[in-house]
Amino acid sequence: MSALLDIRNLRVTFPSPRGPVDVVKGVSFQLGRERLGIVGESGSGKSMTGRAILKLIRKPGQVTADRMDFDGIDLRAQTDRQMRDIRGARISMVMQDPKFSLNPVITIGAQIDEALITHQKLARGEVRKKTLAMLEAVRINDPERVTRLYPHEVSGGMGQRVMIAMMLIPEPDLLIADEPTSALDVSVQAQVLDIIDDLVRKNGMGLILISHDLNLVSAYCDRILVMRGGEVVEECAAGELANAQHPYTKGLLASMPRIDETRSELPVLDRRSWAT
Amino acid sequence: MSAIAIDNLDVSYGTSKITHGIRLAIAEGESFALVGESGSGKTTVLKAIAGLAREWTGSISVFGAPRSHGIDRGFAKHCQMVFQDPYGSLHPRKTVDATLSEPLTIQGVTGDHGRRVEAMLDAVGLDRKFRFRFPHQLSGGQRQRVAIARALMLEPKILLLDEPTSALDVSVQAEILNLLKRLRREQNLTYLLVTHNLPVVSFLCDRLAVMRHGRVVEIAGADQLKTGALADPYSRELLALSGGHPKT
Amino acid sequence: MSTLDWLLDDSPASRMQARLGRTYRITRSLLKNPLAVLGLIIILALILMAMFAPWIATHSATAQDLGARLQPPSAEHWMGTDELGRDIWSRVVYGARITLLIVALVAVLAAPVGLIVGAVAGYFGGWVDRILMGLTDIFLSMPKLILALAFVAALGPGIENAIIAIAIATWPSYARIARAETLTIRSSEFIAAVQLQGASALRVIVRHILPLCTSSMIIRVTLDMAGIILTAAGLGFIGLGAQPPLPEWGAMISRGRQFILDQWWVATMPGFAIVVVSLGFCFLGDGLRDVLDPKHGERQ
Repeated sequence: MSALLDIRNLRVTFPSPRGPVDVVKGVSFQLGRERLGIVGESGSGKSMTGRAILKLIRKPGQVTADRMDFDGIDLRAQTDRQMRDIRGARISMVMQDPKFSLNPVITIGAQIDEALITHQKLARGEVRKKTLAMLEAVRINDPERVTRLYPHEVSGGMGQRVMIAMMLIPEPDLLIADEPTSALDVSVQAQVLDIIDDLVRKNGMGLILISHDLNLVSAYCDRILVMRGGEVVEECAAGELANAQHPYTKGLLASMPRIDETRSELPVLDRRSWAT
Repeated sequence: MSAIAIDNLDVSYGTSKITHGIRLAIAEGESFALVGESGSGKTTVLKAIAGLAREWTGSISVFGAPRSHGIDRGFAKHCQMVFQDPYGSLHPRKTVDATLSEPLTIQGVTGDHGRRVEAMLDAVGLDRKFRFRFPHQLSGGQRQRVAIARALMLEPKILLLDEPTSALDVSVQAEILNLLKRLRREQNLTYLLVTHNLPVVSFLCDRLAVMRHGRVVEIAGADQLKTGALADPYSRELLALSGGHPKT
Repeated sequence: MSTLDWLLDDSPASRMQARLGRTYRITRSLLKNPLAVLGLIIILALILMAMFAPWIATHSATAQDLGARLQPPSAEHWMGTDELGRDIWSRVVYGARITLLIVALVAVLAAPVGLIVGAVAGYFGGWVDRILMGLTDIFLSMPKLILALAFVAALGPGIENAIIAIAIATWPSYARIARAETLTIRSSEFIAAVQLQGASALRVIVRHILPLCTSSMIIRVTLDMAGIILTAAGLGFIGLGAQPPLPEWGAMISRGRQFILDQWWVATMPGFAIVVVSLGFCFLGDGLRDVLDPKHGERQ
């Protein structure tokens, strides 16, 4: 399995009144056409890692890496224009809240059409056909009707499925999903994740699933990276999560309440060194 | 006499009815959970009890005394609320000290406010050095501790908790859950907790009511939740989705 | 511990220390902005000029010297003389007092009224809101200068009446701002929390909502001051503001109109003063907005 994505020593730095701060400190990993989960709490740098890959981090943030290769292309060397061609067509990103990531004044149909037209030259009729097919692929039952709706007229779960449709219609090779289900109800989460999983497998895509939810990630990924304070503290296969080695991962797993909870007190992580 | 007794509660916002015929009885010292997805009306029930949602019919009584439709000054000493969003529930321009002494001043509590504030900081596990900080100088977990402290300043017997740990990181959630459990034990408090997170219910509560589309679908004990012995199919569905994802 | 450390201490030991620390941080942010510093210097210069007028002015502001009419700027008369031989520099310096008086009094009269009307309207909503906003809209629908003009014409010319008139024309926009802020704040959870503690509406408005409106109010008032000065100048220009021989800058421009082609300094000097002071308030207001407005990022 050749590496689709090869990241070595990725570092993201932001200036602050107290000097430069590294929010991602030397993260390295490789990704083939498989599903990778990046798990961490807030401030762990997981979202920043995802954005760094797509070169979405603007000044004053700075991104450096020894290697940042995507399918043989050196992402560090790409200009803005070249990145624009890559984004969407080859690497796509699904974000957390469709309320904020869909344009509220354009119909859903028009937005998905646009996502397609940006990267492929097709006749008008062709575009609409593909849009409808994509909406069906994300299990929206009445695609014709939905294309005429505006984002605020659909539920959160449906909005997220629209987002997925929009991001996958140009058939990228890699999908980065940053907390794709955090804003959704439990019952809808499973549906949306199943759809992502399905499409990723069908198209032979690579998936990076970023989340704070350990259980979710272990269910939908092949491998897991646990991040804390900008660093990767653990890397393991999804099925091996229960045998995690690093005290942070073990502590995190132990501190989550369970359905069959019997403990009178939950174990708590050691006071972190940056607590003020 | 129940701590909270609700019968045939219909709460509306304008023309839409949010809850239909809610019937609950919560005993003193009990920890009770209202579980459901968004739109189930669980938070609305909480607001009706507190007096933040005024359009309702039916009956709500707290320790035998019927509730009015609005906010009661006297009621404040019996029942307080902890909100979900630690970032929005503290006044951004008031120090922790000001936020905690405010209820004392409003209710005309005599005595040394400063001493009470410090005692409360100790009780919720916050170092005294946080006393004169502003909210933006505190982490999410610390803010939620302040919110809990604020709710307890007037020594209420009942706490209404609206998803108190949903907005917090996993590791911080455990600390806050432990804190809530300890405080309840120490002060013999009654909790009415709204959440969509079933494992939290298993840890913190004695009984739960599952709500859907504004109705109570099932009332069960926490032990039933732990063994998966829920009767209603919707409850079982929620349990299946929360307890683990398909592949684990 | 040095004073600086005490102010910047992450864990203040008293309410006052926390407040002072916050004020210090805001001031320090403000001073990082060069334009804001410039604005601050200009305003300070205005205040000093007003306070120390007798020492800064070279001549009397009202003494006439018909033999020295319409002299160009020279070593003796730094800004020249006007049509009655009065020294323009001295008149500009003493005029600073009047300008400052107008600006301060209008702010003190209009801002609190607007703040309270807006906050009450926003908090209570319903018919209270409709009545108060209806009233506000009536005032807002007329151009400021015309409104001020109407009031001064009714009350009679003079600086006190000009101040009252301008204040009446200015409070409605503050009411609108305060109402908009209040509507946003009113639905916050921290307001719900304090209501649940049994706070009266008065307490909620005064102690919890108004403090959050002050930032936008300060910014708006500062930016408005330029407009207030110009409105006062406008009234003075028409002859309805300060009456002669008061050295009000607007009135001076008016008088100097007749000589603008040959003796340009009579109108231009006071005009220049107005421009500089207005700019000063604008720069300061902009700087304050960058520092105080939460949307621009309240950096502390």
